[in-house]
Amino acid sequence: MLERLETIEAEGTAAVNGAGSAAELENLRVKFLGRKAELTGILRGIADLEPAERGPVGGAANKVRKGLEALVESRIESLAGAELEASLASDRIDVTLPGSPVRAVGHLHPITRTRRLIEDVMIGLGYQVMEGPEVEHDFYNFTALNHPADHPARMLQDTFYIESGAGAPEEAGPRDVLLRTHTSPMQVRAMETTPPPLFMIVPGKTYRRDSDATHSPMFHQVEGLAVAEGITLADLKGTLLAMLREIFGPDREIRMRPHFFPFTEPSVEFDVSCFKCRGSGKVEGEDRCNLCKGIGWIELGGAGMVDPNVFGFVREAGYDPDLVTGFAFGFGIERIAMLRHGVGDLRLFFDNDVRLLEQFS
Amino acid sequence: MRVPYGWMAEYCDPGLDPDVLAEKLAMTGTEVERVVVSGPPSADNFVIGLVTAVEEHPDADRLRVCTVDDGEGERTIVCGAPNVAAGQTVVVALPGAVMPGGMKIKKAKLRGVPSEGMICSESELGLGDGKDGIMVLEDGLAAPGTPAADVVPISEHVLELEVTPNRTDCFGIYGVAREAHAITGAALAPAPWEGESVEAGGEIDSLVSVEVENHDLCPRFTARAFTDLKIAPSPLWLRARLIASGQRPINNVVDITNYVMWLTGQPMHAFDLDLVPSGALSIRSAKPGEKVATLDGVEREVSTDTVLVCDQNGPTSIAGVMGGAVSEVSETTTSVLMEAATWNGPNILRTSRDLNLRSEASSRFEKQLHPDLAERAQIVATALMVELCGATVASGMVDVAAPLSESGPIRLRNGRVERILGLAIDTDSQTEALGMLGFGVEADGDDLLVTVPADRFYDVTREIDLVEEVGRVNDLDKRLPATLPSGSGRVGGLSRQQVLQRRAEDSMREAGFDEIVGWSFTDPGETERLRLATPDSRADAVRLSNPLSEDQSVMRTTLLGSLLGAAGRNRSRGAGRIALFESGRVYLPAGGFGHGPLGGDFPGDQRPPVNEPQHLAVLASGTIDPATWDNDPAAADFFQIKGVLERLALGLGTEVEVVAGEQPFLHPGRSGTVVANGEEIGWIGQIHPSVATAWDLEETVAFEIRLAELLKASPLGEETYGDFTSFPPVDRELALVIANSVEAASVLAAAKEAGGDLLVSVTVFDVYRGDQVGPEEKSLALRMRFRADDRTLSDEEVDPIWQKIIGAAEALGGKVRG
Repeated sequence: MLERLETIEAEGTAAVNGAGSAAELENLRVKFLGRKAELTGILRGIADLEPAERGPVGGAANKVRKGLEALVESRIESLAGAELEASLASDRIDVTLPGSPVRAVGHLHPITRTRRLIEDVMIGLGYQVMEGPEVEHDFYNFTALNHPADHPARMLQDTFYIESGAGAPEEAGPRDVLLRTHTSPMQVRAMETTPPPLFMIVPGKTYRRDSDATHSPMFHQVEGLAVAEGITLADLKGTLLAMLREIFGPDREIRMRPHFFPFTEPSVEFDVSCFKCRGSGKVEGEDRCNLCKGIGWIELGGAGMVDPNVFGFVREAGYDPDLVTGFAFGFGIERIAMLRHGVGDLRLFFDNDVRLLEQFS
Repeated sequence: MRVPYGWMAEYCDPGLDPDVLAEKLAMTGTEVERVVVSGPPSADNFVIGLVTAVEEHPDADRLRVCTVDDGEGERTIVCGAPNVAAGQTVVVALPGAVMPGGMKIKKAKLRGVPSEGMICSESELGLGDGKDGIMVLEDGLAAPGTPAADVVPISEHVLELEVTPNRTDCFGIYGVAREAHAITGAALAPAPWEGESVEAGGEIDSLVSVEVENHDLCPRFTARAFTDLKIAPSPLWLRARLIASGQRPINNVVDITNYVMWLTGQPMHAFDLDLVPSGALSIRSAKPGEKVATLDGVEREVSTDTVLVCDQNGPTSIAGVMGGAVSEVSETTTSVLMEAATWNGPNILRTSRDLNLRSEASSRFEKQLHPDLAERAQIVATALMVELCGATVASGMVDVAAPLSESGPIRLRNGRVERILGLAIDTDSQTEALGMLGFGVEADGDDLLVTVPADRFYDVTREIDLVEEVGRVNDLDKRLPATLPSGSGRVGGLSRQQVLQRRAEDSMREAGFDEIVGWSFTDPGETERLRLATPDSRADAVRLSNPLSEDQSVMRTTLLGSLLGAAGRNRSRGAGRIALFESGRVYLPAGGFGHGPLGGDFPGDQRPPVNEPQHLAVLASGTIDPATWDNDPAAADFFQIKGVLERLALGLGTEVEVVAGEQPFLHPGRSGTVVANGEEIGWIGQIHPSVATAWDLEETVAFEIRLAELLKASPLGEETYGDFTSFPPVDRELALVIANSVEAASVLAAAKEAGGDLLVSVTVFDVYRGDQVGPEEKSLALRMRFRADDRTLSDEEVDPIWQKIIGAAEALGGKVRG
């Protein structure tokens, strides 16, 4: 009996090791380990043996069964792995073909990006962002900004007027409603509704009757206004310097040239030192720096101390020129975008050619 | 304002290179647009020559062969001018000289005769019109070989100032000289009118009489009379100064008026006294329909606001703007009535604007000149009339003047300069600065009492104006510290609406759309191309009364035109992918302002004149997804753009609904109304093919919403936590066969209504049309989620709700599919 078991073990082991597929192994499992298999019969017949034989035969038979079972399992596993590898190996793609592109991400307009940059810098300096109407009353655009009627200062800005009747209020006179020529009207609107201290900027569209490579009838400005006790022209300089360094780099300097604006006194124009030639006006290999035209400074905008006459229009809202002082400034967003990104023609911004837009991700 | 450097230097010579002076002027408040050279770029190689002989050219009728003594010897110069003659003293450009315009003089052969230089005409030197040929100087004016610049003002540097409208003083050379004095410290010569005056009355009263109807419009009118004068060209020095100043020399009398204006800032006008009957002038407002023939040869109808200078027969000049032809000074004039008047600035501004006629005179008068300037001008002009025209002066002056409203000195409080500028300037420096600028300064305790000169009368009226004057000439740019406003506990930031606006724009960018910035104005025809018609308020655009062109004459009422325009332009330029969005304003008749600034509700006591809400519009034309080597995506369709809309809403943490709704510019079967929070906020759909064609586009889809109303629906930043772990949801699906005509939205709405609070979401996840359902039917597959916040829902609890939902669906004609 024991010999027979040895034979079964040897035959079974040889057969399982020789099997080449999972199906063959399944057949062998039935043949050697199934209900009708000889080994199964031996195990079932143990009880009929002599008591002295039962122990050794039962132990040996069980050992053979477990051994074969384990062998079949391990062979099945290894054959399955090999079959998977074989099938994967035959499922081959050309990895050199192009990948499937995802939908492109779009682009914010350079004016939006520049506007946000300026907003973020000024927010960091403690300013709120406010917005005001583009179609505006003469009062806010001119009168309350110390431009009396028929004053030559109004000639500085070529103004678009709105026809009364269609669209505009019927009662308005021919020059009462206009497209704002600057973002400054919001100075008075903001002061009317917010008592000092007031620190705000106003980005937005503005309009002047002018059109060439550096003038567009529609353009964007940012206005700044700071009113509190003890504000000085030096504070204006420091604020502009901090802002311009954020925008154009930490080494920039600022220059303020006295000027005239009806709604500020004193008034200045401000320049930033040229970031291309570092203010020297000279660039290697060129006659002169073409960005600042050799001057070393780039003109940016206008500013000044809020004129007491402007406060006169909002005195009741808490703006007494003997108690508070303030500064205001304004400059063009396109100008900053043109300088930062090297765009030569202002009109390109409103042409919206995707070949331009796509350059500003 | 063109300022010839040499002319200014007669009164104040800072001894600086003109470019350096220009820089100093710019840094103290007077912008210099540029420094140019009048005449040749350099005076080098221009010398005085003496023509010693003139012969005919052997081979050219019009050329002469001249022998010229240039001081070093004789040279041959071929000259084409008919007036050249032996014995003339002339200006010679030697080889190497550079003419205005850049031409360089070289030795040359002209028709075979060598020529070593050029005899110059006035125009070639920038000194006149030169129509008479070469410029012939006075005999013996200078020896041959003298540098021409020593005797003739060639190569004059001219500063082109951009004078701000408050600085009427800098519209005169002397005012600029005073400015140069104040900023450089160089000595200032007395003004040419200094110490002189003209008394009213005298001989003049028998020659001239003046009546002024309204002193508000004519605060002062002065007149002097000159007789026995001779009209002639002005001398070279005067013509040179006028030309360098940008004015055309005419004759001695007219040139004197222009010269005096340029010097003093006060315009003058010369009448031919013999053409003013009885020498009687009256100054009055124009009558309705009145016409005046001005010096430029145009007859102009003037409004009743216009002030006229009239003689007994009618208007002879438009006050402050332009003289009239009736009494124009001509070659036969022998007597002159010289006017120097003060007009009302705003009135002159209005007149010149209404007539569309600006002159050097009106551009000065409109800024309001002080009456004292009139007398100054008469003093300077009188001397020149005698000197240059040989005129006899009638003694005295007609002077019709309103009493001047006196204003006392202005107090400049101690410490005020520092308080405004943030820079301390001591009292002595303040006094010195104001004194050099022509102000009278007196100490009063710690304060200064400052008297304003006539030139600055309307400009400097308050303490703050003095602060500016003191600051600007005290090297402000260099000395001013850069400080930041001291802290006041303020916090900067964006409003919630601004934060959400950025998020909405960013989400469209991330969805693959390029942002455009469209023109706010458009052409009136756009309405028609968009098929908009009254009573649609979008057909009633706000119009500009003075547009640059018809193409930009109305304000847009929708962003769609801007997007279609950009799409069409990009398509025609061959752009492959057109996926655009704009976040911008539209302009609608007033009323119905929306929520916050983005809704057109801005701060301020007065409402804005029109309603200008921010819209967000998105457009896709053609395929916007990339093609791959194994797949060609279809053109963007309604559902693709709707997906973008849904993503926009989702990005804001909210939802929008689209219900059927038409727009004139949309495909009637593929258009909808966008609803958020139960409020209609915009439209979505495929652009009507005939509209798309108008912009040369094919299949195009778009939506446009009122941004403020979408943002209002967003809970972002204000969300509250909902427990999602303690009690699991119950998910169920329902297949419903229903007529095609029933919109999915109404099924969802009915389900929500029936589902009550426990139904937390319901979505369509499949739509089937085909053999399994009837020809006019579809099968909608709905997925629903039920959940309670405080317990696990049992089937027993969900079942009755489920039945209610099925009942509601059946009420719409639906059948549950088996």
